[in-house]
Amino acid sequence: MISLAGRDILHAWGKFVFTGIGLGLLIGVTLTMAGVYRGMVDDGRALLDNSGADLWVVQKDTLGPYAESSSVNDDAYRTLLAMPGIAQAVNVTYLTMQVRRGDLDVRAMVVGIAPGRPGIPGWPPYLVAGRQITRGHYEAVADIASGFRLGDRVAIRRNHYVVVGLTRRMVSSSGDPMVFIPLKDAQEAQFLKDNDAIWQSRRRTGANPAFNRPGVPDLLDAVIASQSTNAFVNAVLVTLEPGHAPEEIARSVGRWKRLTAYTRPQMEEILVGKLIATSARQIGMFLVILAVVSAAIVAFIIYTLTMDKIREIAVLKLIGTRNRTIAAMIMQQALALGLIGFVVGKITATFAAPLFPKYVLLVPFDSIAGFFAVLAICVLASVVAIRMALRIDPAEAIGG
Amino acid sequence: MSSKGIRIEGLKKRYGGGDTAVHALKDVAMDVAPGEVVGLIGPSGSGKSTLLKCLGAVIDPTAGRMTLGDEVIYDDGWKVRDLRALRRDRIGFVFQAPYLIPFLDVIDNVALLPMLAGVPNAEAREQALELLTALDVHHRARAMPSQLSGGEQQRVAIARGLVNRPPVILADEPTAPLDSERAMAVIRILNDMARKFETAVIVVTHDEKIIPTFKRIYHIRDGVTHEEAGEGRGFD
Repeated sequence: MISLAGRDILHAWGKFVFTGIGLGLLIGVTLTMAGVYRGMVDDGRALLDNSGADLWVVQKDTLGPYAESSSVNDDAYRTLLAMPGIAQAVNVTYLTMQVRRGDLDVRAMVVGIAPGRPGIPGWPPYLVAGRQITRGHYEAVADIASGFRLGDRVAIRRNHYVVVGLTRRMVSSSGDPMVFIPLKDAQEAQFLKDNDAIWQSRRRTGANPAFNRPGVPDLLDAVIASQSTNAFVNAVLVTLEPGHAPEEIARSVGRWKRLTAYTRPQMEEILVGKLIATSARQIGMFLVILAVVSAAIVAFIIYTLTMDKIREIAVLKLIGTRNRTIAAMIMQQALALGLIGFVVGKITATFAAPLFPKYVLLVPFDSIAGFFAVLAICVLASVVAIRMALRIDPAEAIGG
Repeated sequence: MSSKGIRIEGLKKRYGGGDTAVHALKDVAMDVAPGEVVGLIGPSGSGKSTLLKCLGAVIDPTAGRMTLGDEVIYDDGWKVRDLRALRRDRIGFVFQAPYLIPFLDVIDNVALLPMLAGVPNAEAREQALELLTALDVHHRARAMPSQLSGGEQQRVAIARGLVNRPPVILADEPTAPLDSERAMAVIRILNDMARKFETAVIVVTHDEKIIPTFKRIYHIRDGVTHEEAGEGRGFD
């Protein structure tokens, strides 16, 4: 038996191909949306992977340092180092801000890394160009996605930094490229006020009789000095000695140090389950809408194609064609349309993904799931046309 | 008359019931022998289309008896079970317009019926080509319907109606869109094919040009058929 669907498609291939391309662009958008979600999750995981930590110690009862703000005294790491099972404890600060290079203005996550050497938590684990930070101030390592190049001078608040190294896939959970600077500079950047604000602050403190006592002249200087320095970091990144369970150490930190410590799975849950959950739901809604729109388009196209063939279907039924042969013809056409659409969509998504400003991760599972979803949508969408075709009276082929 | 071909006795068809019932066919009797071409004529609303649909096993009669070849296909409420197969294997249709399947080429338009009946594609195409040759359109076997002239399309449609060698062909106004010359050519083909394949042909028509060609004519009026002799001009 010949394929009626195949013959019809070959006969009107232009209509099918162009309709398939239109549908394919819609499917491409759907796959890209899924890729955006996957990219967000992957960004979150990359953030955790690249920090190199086993535990994140943050301000008590906060979800810091990524999902909430967190302040930890910058000497807390000393007491953590004294705890059994902790190999390394390193201060780190995170600040998302606009970093300027001439007229270029890049949104970036500025990471303050403690002095040390590559390999300790917080440091970029590898470079693609240049070198790591070796000086205590005014050097930076930037993710290549920031657009910065070696030797660029970038402005962070009132200070300028020379880009000495470039790294890759070092991004925040929202996909912003990271710029690493020395910790002290980062602490200053977090709390640095403009000159007017500093002047006003000093004036207010000086006018406060509690700080400006005639009998204690050094008190005012001490208070002002304390106001102009920042003794806080956002988190302490901790690595453990082999053989120690992260959960146990985290519980111990929480109990004895008045801090909160998160293990890798907990931090992943915070990032994926909480920080990007709303975005994920948003994307999920878009995916549902796109699926419904795709189904409606396929249903409409197949219905229209079937309506165009009412007389032929009546003739086919009159001369003895089985209902299932006619239903199969319509369903095969819907599936063919879906197949063309999926191929076009997959190609579109593959070529479009690198053009997006944020990371779009197209995983094979999504493509396979998308393929079967498209087929399922096409089958469902063909039901309306099949019902209509099966209701066609063969007598319509006979006049009168 | 022969026991082959198609025989109809006391056929009735009623639409609806009670006071609003419409008796479309009140008493239809026909007997068409194999190889014979008869005309079925009547004014609009006389019941021609209803009779054609009953003959074509598209709608069920209310009462009466229909015999196709040696097989009783309807007998006072009883009917053969598989009407679809009956239409496919035992009845050929030729319509007012050719109604060829636009996405199949000529040979597959004709071969489709045997293929639907389970005949292998190659064999079905051989049968189709044989008929197309008999109807002198074999040279257009690989053309699409849209590439054929009106006369060629009608010949292909006749080939499709004949391909399963049905005992009866129902032709619904087959010459309506054609000029006199082509109309006569179609009637000539139907007569030739009827004789060649021993098929009974019933031609429903309003076409004054072709009415004189029938040897027998059934007039249908108010749901009742009346047989009369025709002129049988031109087809001995």
